[in-house]
Amino acid sequence: MELYLKGFLIACKGIPATVGVSLFAIILGAALGLLLALARQSRSKLLKGVSSVYVDIVRGTPMVVQALIMAYGVPQLLQSNGVPFKWPELVIPAMLVCALNSSAYMAEVVRSGLQAVDKGQMEAARSLGMPKKMAMKLIIIPQAIRIILPAFCNEFVTLIKETSVLSFVGVIEITRRGALWNSQSFETFPAYIGVAIAYMILTIPLTKIIGRYEKKRASKEA
Amino acid sequence: MAMIEIKDLKKSFGSNEVLKGIDQSVEQHEVLCIIGPSGSGKSTMLRCINHLEEPSSGEIYIDGELVTEENIDRVRTKMGMVFQQFNLFPHMSVLDNLTCAPINVKGVSKAEAEEKAKALLERVGLAEKVNEFPRSLSGGQQQRVAIARALAMDPEIMLFDEPTSALDPEMVGEVLDVMKSLAREGMAMIVVTHEMGFAKEVADKVIFMDGGYIVEQGAPQDVIGNPQEARTQDFLSKVLI
Repeated sequence: MELYLKGFLIACKGIPATVGVSLFAIILGAALGLLLALARQSRSKLLKGVSSVYVDIVRGTPMVVQALIMAYGVPQLLQSNGVPFKWPELVIPAMLVCALNSSAYMAEVVRSGLQAVDKGQMEAARSLGMPKKMAMKLIIIPQAIRIILPAFCNEFVTLIKETSVLSFVGVIEITRRGALWNSQSFETFPAYIGVAIAYMILTIPLTKIIGRYEKKRASKEA
Repeated sequence: MAMIEIKDLKKSFGSNEVLKGIDQSVEQHEVLCIIGPSGSGKSTMLRCINHLEEPSSGEIYIDGELVTEENIDRVRTKMGMVFQQFNLFPHMSVLDNLTCAPINVKGVSKAEAEEKAKALLERVGLAEKVNEFPRSLSGGQQQRVAIARALAMDPEIMLFDEPTSALDPEMVGEVLDVMKSLAREGMAMIVVTHEMGFAKEVADKVIFMDGGYIVEQGAPQDVIGNPQEARTQDFLSKVLI
């Protein structure tokens, strides 16, 4: 039993890194996702094309590969072209990859949210003399945010779990802590059970909160 | 000079021509009611006036100024629009619904906008609802708030797109009463409506539309009371039971 507790406590030391990376990634990812979604709705063919190609690339490749490219591939490419570049901390490319990855998924979430806002809302705003951008900012986006909040939190839960692949590029988050202890102690089962529980204490409460919010919203609208 | 002048307005959706050449004008203080069967183009005409639908061809002048995509935001502030589905902003209180556009579009101070909003709510009989949210109001109350929201921009003319069609029958009266009092105060209005009683009582001019054309127009007692065209007669015989 003691071994399991130890495994859990060691894994918990990785929580700040996991949560930090996830938080940074979700915030930057949401902002980028909003821009991507707006680009996709815009009249410009170029913006539309760029955003849809970006989404296809990110969704069509595994995050661990993206992380390897960003963490090791990019510095190597730059160095071989004579640019002395090195990530000061591996956690930086890790955060960026998570954010870029998340943005592609958030773009879809945001797009569906924007589309779910009644068409009459834009018309009412425009009929009051609001330019399109102002109407988006004051009327459409605030309503879309309420609609996508559950999906946004679900993406956060997914992201927390997915950051585990960052252990491959050497970020010392929850999974990496467990793996390191395992390689010292060979207590494989307690080490990874501890890792699993550490993830669960993050994800399960969040999932419950989302469920409650969705229920509340549903009853409000009925 | 006419307040609104519509010249040879045409509108197509794809290959479907909904408006086939409309000429019409509205004077200051004039109340124009548009009647006709669904699909006749009456709502499309109204929506073309403030470019919620972009006309396929033809010209619309507001106060003698040609409406274009460039000046539309400014021109729209002269026109209040009331929709069938109210389209109140559900994430804002009633007060914020009324002050949002004056503050952000016209640059009115918050205090001034709120004072005006409260006076307008008083006028539509909803002063006590100032801090409520739209979802807690009945349909009739929501539509009265929507009218007040449009009035908050000090429009010169009000456009109503079937304002009572989505309401339960017992709530139609309260909305029509607000519209009648607006007309009495001299507000110019264009009203797309199926309420023949209202048109007869309030309109200075009624136009009957069918198939994308204005079929018949004139004083309400003539168009509704004694229609000359067969299509008008046919339509009225179905709605006036």
